[in-house]
Amino acid sequence: MRKGLALFGIGLLISLLIATVISQFASSQPDGLNYVAEQQGFGNAAEDHALDASPLAGYGGDSPARKAAAGAVGVLATLGLGYLVFYLVKSDKSTAEE
Amino acid sequence: MHIPDGFIGPGVSAAAGITALGGFGLALRRARDYLTDRLVPMAALVAAFVFAAQMINFPVLPGVSGHLLGGVLAAVLVGPWAGYIVISLVLLVQSLYADGGLTALGLNIVNMALIGAVGGYLIYRALFRLGGSQPSTVPLFAGLAAFLSVPLAAMGFVVEFALGGTVASVSIGSVFWAMLGTHVLIGIGEGLITFLVVGAVMRSRPDLVYGSPTFGGMRTEELVA
Repeated sequence: MRKGLALFGIGLLISLLIATVISQFASSQPDGLNYVAEQQGFGNAAEDHALDASPLAGYGGDSPARKAAAGAVGVLATLGLGYLVFYLVKSDKSTAEE
Repeated sequence: MHIPDGFIGPGVSAAAGITALGGFGLALRRARDYLTDRLVPMAALVAAFVFAAQMINFPVLPGVSGHLLGGVLAAVLVGPWAGYIVISLVLLVQSLYADGGLTALGLNIVNMALIGAVGGYLIYRALFRLGGSQPSTVPLFAGLAAFLSVPLAAMGFVVEFALGGTVASVSIGSVFWAMLGTHVLIGIGEGLITFLVVGAVMRSRPDLVYGSPTFGGMRTEELVA
């Protein structure tokens, strides 16, 4: 089990590093879909998002500190949500295996 | 790849929402058949990693970027149905970041979880069997399937736009070619990242990779033809 914990710890550390540090260097150009939408003339059909005013919107915007915080919150939120859902999903019969 | 509110009309968005929800229910049942204790932290970690990786837009052309979708990555690591759940949860959290419309959540789940993870896994399994089902080929075929899954998911958008696009003056043919062209390029990045990450996990914990014959847990379908 220690080896499993090691992989989990390293994976989480890498995820946090990507979301807080490497994310600062991500391209700010439109992604494939947004580019196509602009080019093909339906980009303006996009409506404002109901949560645009949220501090998390746009992953914290242009401020590096807010972006890092938004990234860390997202990683921990998906980790926690995923753990909860998969813990509830798992079949009980396997608990005796390890 | 995240569809905002407003691109696709309410009818098709609602149909996709029902499909996504039904798929989620099916995924919960199917994942229950093989999801054991040891896969729970792995599946949660894969969700966190995909969230992080999707923040990294990489340039593919001047003025165009793309990011990992992660469907095949998740499906090869934790199985297609847990992969569907992983991508759905990531999309749900992202919609709270105003990334992907709330009314478009079903559309995005159909494209990235159903087509990307489950569809992508079927491509992976077919390629892996054709290649002789050797553990050493897991990262290569995962990368290839990941590459193909991106233009495939983009085609999901094209179909949705053809059925329910809100701007009638747009030519579906040119949307098709533009989506295909950009997403083949984004797929190259998807394939490379998937190859590297699956390769790293195969080297350290081959027993935790669902899509490999070395997997130590339960698998509900056969990898070897």
